[in-house]
Amino acid sequence: MTKKAPVPKKSEVSAAGYDARLAPINARLGQDEKIQFYRDMVRIRRFEERCLRSYQQGKIGGFLHLYIGQESVAVGCCSVMGDNDHIITAYRDHGHALGVGMGMNELMAENFGKYTGCSKGKGGSMHYFDPSRHYWGGHGIVGGQVPLGTGLAYGLKYKGIQGACLTFMGDGAVNQGAVHESYNLAALWDLPVVFIIENNGYSMGTSQERSSAGDSLAGRGAAYGMNWAIVENGHDVYEVRDKVSRALKLAHDESKPSVLEIRTYRYRGHSVADPDSTYRDKKEIEEYKRTKDPIMVYENALLAEGVLNADIIKTIDESARAEAETSAQFAEQSPYPTIEDIKKDVYWEIDNPQDKKSVGSLFFD
Amino acid sequence: MPVITYREALRHAMDEELTRDPNVVIMGEEVGQFHGAYKVTEGLLAKHGPKRIVDTPISEAGFIGMGIGAAMLGLRPVMELMFFSFYSVAFDQIFNNAANIRYMSGGLINCPIVIRGPANGGTNVGATHSHTPESIAAYHPGIKVVVPSTPYDAKGLLKSAIRDNDPVMFMENTILYGDVGEVPDTDYLVPLGSAKVMREGSDISIIGHGRAIQMALRSAELLKHKHNINAEVVDLRSIRPLDEETVLASVRKTNRVLLVEEAKPFCSVSAMLACIIQEKAFDYLDAPIRRVTSVDAPAIYSAPLEKEQLPTPQKIFDAALAVLK
Repeated sequence: MTKKAPVPKKSEVSAAGYDARLAPINARLGQDEKIQFYRDMVRIRRFEERCLRSYQQGKIGGFLHLYIGQESVAVGCCSVMGDNDHIITAYRDHGHALGVGMGMNELMAENFGKYTGCSKGKGGSMHYFDPSRHYWGGHGIVGGQVPLGTGLAYGLKYKGIQGACLTFMGDGAVNQGAVHESYNLAALWDLPVVFIIENNGYSMGTSQERSSAGDSLAGRGAAYGMNWAIVENGHDVYEVRDKVSRALKLAHDESKPSVLEIRTYRYRGHSVADPDSTYRDKKEIEEYKRTKDPIMVYENALLAEGVLNADIIKTIDESARAEAETSAQFAEQSPYPTIEDIKKDVYWEIDNPQDKKSVGSLFFD
Repeated sequence: MPVITYREALRHAMDEELTRDPNVVIMGEEVGQFHGAYKVTEGLLAKHGPKRIVDTPISEAGFIGMGIGAAMLGLRPVMELMFFSFYSVAFDQIFNNAANIRYMSGGLINCPIVIRGPANGGTNVGATHSHTPESIAAYHPGIKVVVPSTPYDAKGLLKSAIRDNDPVMFMENTILYGDVGEVPDTDYLVPLGSAKVMREGSDISIIGHGRAIQMALRSAELLKHKHNINAEVVDLRSIRPLDEETVLASVRKTNRVLLVEEAKPFCSVSAMLACIIQEKAFDYLDAPIRRVTSVDAPAIYSAPLEKEQLPTPQKIFDAALAVLK
């Protein structure tokens, strides 16, 4: 099979004169949808704040990677997913989970390690899953989910389903070999995958300039003949929607992969265990909050559009806080998994004894 | 009954399963146009076409991970590692993703993938290409590990592995690829987790898997011929699940145990078996358990020395006599 390498192409959308609000996918939005995006962003933030409090209270253990500051990315991306689209991400996964419609209760309970959690308390904050919503995790190893997302796209194409897989990674993941191998496979076989680099500027405590060679993270896609683009204003949910939907269309219509780098920012440390005092200036955080906070920016835009008003904002905020509070109570009151549960969900066969075909021992304790 | 090679038996298993289930797809380096580095997949591309038989780049972490993702969506990828040794390049994908995905999702996601290829030494290719990672794979809950030693089992076990809903590491052996045996051309399965008594005996149980079993059978003939010793030879066939009952029944019958395998001795399958036997059949043992494994060093290149590094029928013969002394 010979394959002519396509000419690498950066997004044609130029910065000058570009108004994401007027892009077709946004121009046709109704008032309710616009408010829904706003509500989803607020819900993510209030959920994350409640998670932080639960962590500080000792209710949540392990690692907790908060999404505060990045809300426009998950909401924008999930809002343009079609019925046959799928999503997979790394360990900063709360925003995407809420974005696809998972409930706060099952997520908070998972953080608490409770049986009512989305993964029965077996995964934790980094390992949320809901395949019924095409949400495939929640993965703890940097870049390790990227081959899986590529495989989900492969599976869709193999089955003749016109869908795509949004495959998220952080800016630190771009230096993992598995990511480059996935790029090659996706480009080589025209897989319907959109690789999305959520570039919040820091791979843990190491800035992009100290970790990644070259000018652009997404631009590395050009080496594989993939289309690529930078979403400069990742804090703008409209721009995220516009550019991600274009990449999705390319995947749907032509089964072509692409790489998007969405510039964003996180307000908290890498995880809440990170004191966040060694690698960046607090002024940098304050400046971003003052000028680019995604909720503030969108709120102002919707106020200007006459879609939001103070009453709606207040109602949405109170409702999100209450929902988050309720989820913490739900998690608190939920039972832990039992000792017996430790060895369930290891092997399909053990959990489905009526269909068990193998014999012999699978456990050795 | 047709007599075919171990290699052909594997091919027949894949061919039948490709025909039976449209979700089965064969992927790996050189599996298609090149007919397989060891010709296991020869002819499958011509019969099943490029959608089902996929040549991958040399990119194990990428394509194994991709196969795992596809399996999560319901495909049944059968991934060939040209040498099983290359599993280490895809280690994170296999042991963090395939092994854990069901668990970490609370049982919401299955991963019906088979990763197969030759895992053996003795072919003069040096340490990087001679790994025998049965115990490393079997260490991970969520993973199943299968090691056929005969053409009959190669077909029956591979068909079971492909139909299995859990990830299966299927370890073959290049030296056995040319071995011939009777293999039905019908659709039969050998269930995972069933050991097989390859030779009945009453004086000592020689227990192991893979090519070491073929050596053990030769040693058993020598023991009979030279010392009138009746050795029982038990082929595990499957490491996880493990047929403890067949192993323990043999131990209770002969009261003496020699464990054999091609892998290194530390934390190996035989080490685990020795533990199980002393826990569950200590009172039946008339002598300490002995083992014949590879000499505990990276696989040496030098051909005459490599033969000595690995188990041999002579070493198994000598060790059996030591157990019986």
